[in-house]
Amino acid sequence: MNFTLKIWRQRDAHSKGEFKEYKVSDISSDTSFLEMLDILNNDLVHKGEEPVAFDHDCREGICGMCSLHIDGHAHGPSQAVTTCQIYMRQFKDGATITIEPWRSAAFPVIRDLVVNRNAYDQILQAGGYVSVRTNSVPDGNAIPIPQADAEESMDAAACVGCGACAATCKNGSAMLFVAARVSSLAKLPQGRVEGARRAKAMVAKMDELGFGNCTNTGACQAECPKGISIAHIARLNREFLCAKLED
Amino acid sequence: MGCFLTNSSLGRKLVMSISGCFLVLFLLFHMAMNVVAIINGEAYNMICGFLGANWYALVGTAVLALGVFVHFVYAFILTYQNRKARGNVRYAVTVTEKGVDWASKNMLVLGVIVILGLALHMTHFWSKMMLVELMGEHTNNMGLAPTDGAALIKYTFSQWYNVVLYLVWFAALWLHLNHGVWSMFQTVGWANDTWLPRLKCIAKLVSGLIFLGFAAVVVVFFVKSKCCCC
Repeated sequence: MNFTLKIWRQRDAHSKGEFKEYKVSDISSDTSFLEMLDILNNDLVHKGEEPVAFDHDCREGICGMCSLHIDGHAHGPSQAVTTCQIYMRQFKDGATITIEPWRSAAFPVIRDLVVNRNAYDQILQAGGYVSVRTNSVPDGNAIPIPQADAEESMDAAACVGCGACAATCKNGSAMLFVAARVSSLAKLPQGRVEGARRAKAMVAKMDELGFGNCTNTGACQAECPKGISIAHIARLNREFLCAKLED
Repeated sequence: MGCFLTNSSLGRKLVMSISGCFLVLFLLFHMAMNVVAIINGEAYNMICGFLGANWYALVGTAVLALGVFVHFVYAFILTYQNRKARGNVRYAVTVTEKGVDWASKNMLVLGVIVILGLALHMTHFWSKMMLVELMGEHTNNMGLAPTDGAALIKYTFSQWYNVVLYLVWFAALWLHLNHGVWSMFQTVGWANDTWLPRLKCIAKLVSGLIFLGFAAVVVVFFVKSKCCCC
């Protein structure tokens, strides 16, 4: 398969970026999208040009490192998968593919397709954890948890923190990410204890970092590679408002 | 509490939700009142007389104006903050995400059309009814009693351009409420995976009812004005 790639190139955070076109040819239909970019970079290095910088790590859809806005979609045209899980057979032979970095004021471009997603780490540090004593491992059945609650918590915990929600949202809102973190812990007895403090601290940090206000468009849910539901945003709203009313 | 409602993104959304809920309830009341005009003009005028320049009607109008003002001002503040959060460089390629309503992404535009329609409506009706009574006058500039709302409706919707303008206004309101009604429940946290589809259905029913109720009055009075047997 042959493709024309329209890729955003930007030297660093302070330089002005622009799109550049590249041709890749004889690509196997079973090549993953990131492997295709590897092939392009190999060609560029051989030609003495700068390779395209892009984020990746596990290439198994679990680390949340890969990003890329491909033909108008976060993580490409397929539903509920990360960029590393899409394959070139999902594109038409001869197609022009536009590849852009996440666009959000809170995710500044570092170089080419790589953005700084440190803002999500800061939100997590503000309260996305459970305070526990680090003694020996407790018995797994010591605290009974209803199956439905455990499932809902695990659904929320599937969030890999890739940033697709804020990158897709027309308001640049990080609500789905924060909601997933708050929800996954709020549904478990161990996390319930610090629920109010967590919701207030994480929302305050999210606002401080300049993320936008959620207007419930549902675009984040549609583009989330892990299919996180906006029902978790309702839970975050509930947790936050109840915590504020108790102040 | 004051800080939370202005300084927090979720607090600002709560203000939008509560003011929006209040306006939806008012619209339902207004729509029900208007439908009376189709059935019986005298009964409608009785309601207009009851809602004249009385202290309770004045307080209601003032509270309503405050609700509209707060909802409108917050909408602009939120939109400004959201545009800032989105950053200066936009995507070169954009698509409509699966399952995302057009209205949900264009609430401000729809809201501005609703406000413009409201201004037109105030000129057509409020300025010739309650304002005339507040000024201590007994007839408006059309020579009608300020409580003769039925005659005013009859005159206004006998003109085709008013019919078109009002229907556009109601269509914008319908789209705005289609998203707004379920969104206000989501914002206060009264939603989950089971109730989200139900709330969206309720939103469609409420917005549809409001649209049909208001539009029916406009269309019926226009048809009546053109049909000599009515």
